[in-house]
Amino acid sequence: MLDNLSLLGQAPVLNIQLLLDGLFIGATFVLAAYGLALVWGVMNVKNLAQGDFVILGGYIAVTMAEWGLHPILGLPLVIVMMFGFGWLVYRAVISRVIDRDLFTSLLATFGLAIVMAQTMNLIFGPEVVAAESGLKTRSMFDGMVTVAEIKAISLLLAAVLATIVIIFMKKSRMGQAIRATAQDARAARVMGIDTDRVYAFTYALNSAICGAAGVLISLIWVIQPYFGITHSIRSFVIVTAAGFGNLPGVIMAGFGLGFAEQYSGFVLGAEFQQATVVALLVLILVVRQIQQARHRQVVR
Amino acid sequence: MSTAMTQGLLYGGIVLAGIVAPFAFPEYTFQFALLWIMILFALTWDILGGQMGYNSLGNIFFFGAGMYLCAVTQIGLYYDVAEYTAAFGAVKVDFTMGQYMLGLGLGMLAAALGSVVLALFFGRIVFGLRGPYFAIGTLGVALAAGELMGTWEYVGGGGGISLPVYPGDPDDRALLYYILCFVAAILTFAFLRWLYGTRFGLALNAIRDDEEKAEAMGIHTTRYKTVAWGVAAFFLGISGAVFGNMTGFIEPLEVAFPTTTFGIFMVLMVLLGGKGTLWGPVIGATLFHVIKEVTWTYLLGWQWITLGALIIVNVIYFQQGIMGWARDKWPERFGVVVDRRTTISSRDEEAAS
Amino acid sequence: MASFRNLKLTALAAVLGFALSAPGHAKVEGEEIILGSAISLTGKYSSNGLNAKNGYDFAVKRINEMGGVKVGGKSYKLKVVYYDDESTPARGAQLAERLIQQDGVKYMLGPYSSGLTKAIAPVTEKYKIPMVEAEGASRSLFTQGYRYLFAVLSTSEQYLASSISLAAEMAKKEGKKPADVRIAMAFENDPFSLDVRAGVVDDAKKYGMQIVVDDKLPRDLSDMSATLTKVKALKPDVLVVSGHEKGATTAARQIKEMQIDVPMIALTHCESGKVIEQFGKSTEGFLCPTQWSETLTYKDKYFGSAADYDKAFKAAYPDYKTVPYQTAQASAAVLVWKDAFERANSFDTEKLRDAIAATQMETFYGNIKFAKEGNNVAKPMVLRQIQSGEYKVVAPTKWASSPLVYPRNAGM
Repeated sequence: MLDNLSLLGQAPVLNIQLLLDGLFIGATFVLAAYGLALVWGVMNVKNLAQGDFVILGGYIAVTMAEWGLHPILGLPLVIVMMFGFGWLVYRAVISRVIDRDLFTSLLATFGLAIVMAQTMNLIFGPEVVAAESGLKTRSMFDGMVTVAEIKAISLLLAAVLATIVIIFMKKSRMGQAIRATAQDARAARVMGIDTDRVYAFTYALNSAICGAAGVLISLIWVIQPYFGITHSIRSFVIVTAAGFGNLPGVIMAGFGLGFAEQYSGFVLGAEFQQATVVALLVLILVVRQIQQARHRQVVR
Repeated sequence: MSTAMTQGLLYGGIVLAGIVAPFAFPEYTFQFALLWIMILFALTWDILGGQMGYNSLGNIFFFGAGMYLCAVTQIGLYYDVAEYTAAFGAVKVDFTMGQYMLGLGLGMLAAALGSVVLALFFGRIVFGLRGPYFAIGTLGVALAAGELMGTWEYVGGGGGISLPVYPGDPDDRALLYYILCFVAAILTFAFLRWLYGTRFGLALNAIRDDEEKAEAMGIHTTRYKTVAWGVAAFFLGISGAVFGNMTGFIEPLEVAFPTTTFGIFMVLMVLLGGKGTLWGPVIGATLFHVIKEVTWTYLLGWQWITLGALIIVNVIYFQQGIMGWARDKWPERFGVVVDRRTTISSRDEEAAS
Repeated sequence: MASFRNLKLTALAAVLGFALSAPGHAKVEGEEIILGSAISLTGKYSSNGLNAKNGYDFAVKRINEMGGVKVGGKSYKLKVVYYDDESTPARGAQLAERLIQQDGVKYMLGPYSSGLTKAIAPVTEKYKIPMVEAEGASRSLFTQGYRYLFAVLSTSEQYLASSISLAAEMAKKEGKKPADVRIAMAFENDPFSLDVRAGVVDDAKKYGMQIVVDDKLPRDLSDMSATLTKVKALKPDVLVVSGHEKGATTAARQIKEMQIDVPMIALTHCESGKVIEQFGKSTEGFLCPTQWSETLTYKDKYFGSAADYDKAFKAAYPDYKTVPYQTAQASAAVLVWKDAFERANSFDTEKLRDAIAATQMETFYGNIKFAKEGNNVAKPMVLRQIQSGEYKVVAPTKWASSPLVYPRNAGM
């Protein structure tokens, strides 16, 4: 561990590599987490199937790549397909858990996650796959820092997508309706907003965002039918850390998690990479609880 | 027939069935043992989840903790643990029957008490959390434990530990572990049955119904919550110790801390049977275990899809569970006096809790 | 009364359910000999679980087509009962109990991975049921004194041993000492890979080589860039990675993207990870240990030569571009059973155990002869190097079809 720290001291340029990698993977985390924050905040659904939507998006991209369509060009198609899929899932399952307690949505989506993972296993097979971008890698600082072009492009794409969603939420009628519903569903209903449609749209939008994240993941990492759960956990860590109404918080926490994974992998060793994610989750909750306790003291 | 007699017959019948089962169907001994463990899982989850209204997703933590505590005790009594695990089971240690039994006994004790201590410690951390954050916080504790165990070389890290081999006849071994599982489950049931009838049980229900009010009435809620978790931890620790030895080989992620299988199954079993009741977890666990074994036999390839679909349907349409449904259908039999004017609203309240 | 109904309900469900969950196979049913196996069809080992299952099925089909197994002058067909062990040891142990106790299976085939075999071996041992396994290589399996466990494959410490000795050889050729060789290691945190790691550590110690990176990859592994950043900074002479096929895929992808130009890279599970198919030229020069290669000259009367097996399997399962060794060795395990049945000329498990222990045969997969501990000592591990997009045997010299290319010329 100390060796690794001193290595960072001797070659500070390595920090750039770690930060860049953290940035690239953090961007995909942010997308999936933003989707979760959306459904959590608007419809109070804790979607444990989040990661499986991501993986499904990845598989669609890989399949299209096999048919000759470049995953990046296929991205809009994936978004449309995943939007439709999310709408279907909403109608079949999620519409029945809204307004029920936290556990209903958590467990129902857990069941959904199992079904999705296993169906993907049957359809796509259990192999670990990756989509190839065919792009090059650029190196800097004498090859000490390498940036795969596809990683930079996926960061860019993530940023573009996030911006589109934000503008959409601010400007469009549907976006305004979603935000109104999030604030007070009953009031929104009184004002003539079809909240059921808003919920369906929100969930479908989340599915589409996850699908897009999945395309990027399949381009920069690898996917397998059973990898969904780790992505779900990451999303939960990020949203729990940031709070669900807080988009800048989600972005910060997402990138923060990306950096944390890279640095813990480097300094402590790769075996601590996953442990860091969950340990951070617990730590954040402890801190939050201490804050709450102080707050309660004041109330008392 | 008087209630006392019925109950006497019922319990006698179950105990008798439990004793006869491994002799009547010796080939199913392992399967039955597992069923008792599932029942224990469901019962202990219901202490918090059903009776107290705190939905924990991390109870499996004590199962794994107990498993490791027991294993380390068993090995540590006669051997250097670090050396034993560093060889990845390459060292073969033969135990005499006396050594084995002593190790197992002390191991189970360590597992039970150690788990309680852990529950008291982690209780301080998680019980300040409410609602979804409690569920996620406990899940986080269990996940983190699994990951960190995997990095700890003293206990073998990701390579796991092969537990001491039972020195006697294999059929005796099966019976021994069956008896341990059976006794653990029956004790859990008996203890909880008693507990729910005491003031302590009422206090737990009060916390479920309205924590603020309970606090206002002078119930030291944090203390009650922690003790309740300690009770669950005690029995789960024992179950982990027994299960680890039954399996013979333990490792952190899949055997000791299977958060996304056993950890969630215990919740689902309770929901299936009906939470907040004494019998619901028992019925739910039995049904769930049977369904799982049947689908694994007949629907190879589709088994997980069936299970997932079952979970969704159960959670969405049948959340009150079998006992809840029965209580709605025949309230008189549960000693509920129905006032027709308020039936609907009281049911709504129940659904909301 | 309510509680009475509960009891009835519970009891009814239990009885009904367990009755249903036992299809009631016997060891030999009519003209079928039933073998049993818990195999990973879901979960993280499912792709190699499937490879193994296909290997079993392929051999069973071939043997049945060629007249089945002759015992006592009568010919029997083989059949395998599978359960899905979900890739978890706990479940594997339960299912082994179930196969043996409930289904009455007397002849076992192994599961996939060392971890699962470690969980199942005590069970088969307990019931004195012989198990021929093909996918558990951990050497700790063969130090426990198991009498009923037989493995057709080479043990784990041999996987990367020849790459380490090649590294020492190359160092000498360049005028350096083997002790100057610096090794970076990344092993998955699971029983199999940790065992491979132990083998590498021993070999490195033998040559006095230095280990500069020693990372354990998490099991839900899809990123190892932090480890590779260390590799890049420390510039070792050898990089060894082992983590089943997800480790191979992840490593291949990120070695390519991060332009890791270590002169020697050794990687387990290249074939099942489909690294050539997925990452093409960048995998040039990878050293891939394999249990079996279709270019070897072994043969038998069921499948013909290794190359014939390769061809026939690809024809039967067109999805496969390369036949992974996991499949070949699974088929070989079935051949061992058939051979043992005919030599023992009996269905008695003790006689069969002794017959298996006395196995001495050549198969398309290699020679099979078990040591007292149950591992196969007649077959060496083969080291292949990816050269111009194909696997070429480079070690041991007896089989080598091409010389080692060192340092690898990374075709980025």
